[in-house]
Amino acid sequence: MANLYEMAKVLRSKNAGPFDITLDVLFDNQEYYWKVKQSGQITKRKIAELYKIPESHISHLVFYDQALGFKITFTRDVSSGSIGDRDVYGAQQHVPLMKIQIP
Amino acid sequence: MKETVKILAPCGMLGYGYPMESFLNGIAEGPDAIVVDAGSTDAGPHKLGAGVSIVSRRATKKDLIPIITYGLKLKIPVIIGSAGGAGASVHVKWTKEIIEEILEEQNLKAKIAIIWADIPKDLVIKALSENKIIPVSKSVKPLKEDIVKDTNNIVAQMGHEPILKALEEKADIIICGRAYDPSPFAAVGLFYGFEPGLCYHLGKILECGALCAEPGTTKDCILGILKKDSFIVKPLNNVRKCYPTSVAAHTFYEKEHPFILKGPGFILDLEKCEFTQIEEGVVEVRNSRFIKTEPYYIKLEGARKIAYRTFVIAGVRDPLLVEKIEEVESAVEKQVREYYAEIPSDDYKINFYNYGKNGVMGSREIENFNGYEIGVLFEVIANTQELANAICASLRSTFLHYGYEGRKSTAGNLAFPFAPSDIEYGPVYEFSIYHLMEVEDWSKLFKIEYLWR
Repeated sequence: MANLYEMAKVLRSKNAGPFDITLDVLFDNQEYYWKVKQSGQITKRKIAELYKIPESHISHLVFYDQALGFKITFTRDVSSGSIGDRDVYGAQQHVPLMKIQIP
Repeated sequence: MKETVKILAPCGMLGYGYPMESFLNGIAEGPDAIVVDAGSTDAGPHKLGAGVSIVSRRATKKDLIPIITYGLKLKIPVIIGSAGGAGASVHVKWTKEIIEEILEEQNLKAKIAIIWADIPKDLVIKALSENKIIPVSKSVKPLKEDIVKDTNNIVAQMGHEPILKALEEKADIIICGRAYDPSPFAAVGLFYGFEPGLCYHLGKILECGALCAEPGTTKDCILGILKKDSFIVKPLNNVRKCYPTSVAAHTFYEKEHPFILKGPGFILDLEKCEFTQIEEGVVEVRNSRFIKTEPYYIKLEGARKIAYRTFVIAGVRDPLLVEKIEEVESAVEKQVREYYAEIPSDDYKINFYNYGKNGVMGSREIENFNGYEIGVLFEVIANTQELANAICASLRSTFLHYGYEGRKSTAGNLAFPFAPSDIEYGPVYEFSIYHLMEVEDWSKLFKIEYLWR
């Protein structure tokens, strides 16, 4: 059992345009990638819980085998740089994802 | 048809800088074009709204000198995408003036093509009335006419078409207004008749400079080599290597979907791509699919001024205040609002950000706080700068002297790093337009102007 942060090589967040945040998780070995992909732990439901957002705000949760990685995209509460935004580049929103446990 | 086309991408953003040695390694490869992206919406709506750049004039000029001198010397086109950061006319003119200064200083002559990307408001309003405008995604609200009228600058992301036209007209330097980031790169390959899927996928990889290599950075050069059925990505600095996973991973950088990428008039389907290491640090990519979409949509971007801001940064170290920070902040706000009872409460907004506690994540924070010090940032947002300043000054003095229960540090609650403590920020903008507009003819939107300098 390990958490996603320990297993991943890259675990990051970024704007995908000013209205969406995208989370990228990338691995540097096949074993970890497939283990995570097949673990059933990466679900819209879990992400919605971690980020305290409705599931309907998550537009994509997709694995890309060639990159040994997956991506999750969800709607921002506040568009980039508008009043009340705390992270203009959306670059520090990955933390809730880190602790997902992979059995 | 040429066997290969080589594109040199000096850096991920014009003005970010690049090592001269990498650049010269790229020049030694005999590139067919030098292409650099200069824009982004990442830094927020302020650049477009206020008409300013994200990088300095000094750094932009410093980056452009080798690009322009070598481009002209080798007689290969130089293309700058999304000039000046946001690609509106003010940004394009700024870039054009820097280039003219370089040409003058270096005693060089060039045919310059300028491709404007500004979209007149009446055109947007007309398209809106014809139901030809839709939000980019479900995160964006439908557009309204009064918002268009309120918006400062409206630009559209051009595709490769106008850039290709400028290449056909044999321009030496092409300054693009707002462009879809990969388009200036893709235009070079398309000019030589290469497959559009490969041209665009390579453009997507090159537009961030060496970010697709390891260690990745936007501040270094990368070379793209287009072939008939594939393209090759090659670092130009010995310390960097490309790997199949690093290039594949970069394919989905800052996009909403890993392998379906939407561009002007098309989507790129990269699901079946193959990424192969062909020599150490060099990667070849195949099977990038370009699918034309009908009708042809282009992305509009616009920013409007929504308010004025004044803010304060201060440190809080007293343990009792650290413990009660939110409670004190809300009491301070209440007192200020009572003091300004004559001002409608909706005319201004007060926000607190407690750095060290929940400054980044806000209500989404998952950790329990156990620090001994908090950096407090508070801002006042109002319809006028005068009102923002006045309320912020009252907020600051009320916070500084607020007598919370049990207080022993009765001389003051805030440690200001600067005097004056209140920072007048100026206007605040928001992305008011981020929509797709159906168009029939790109040449009506993106006017090309040629200059001989």
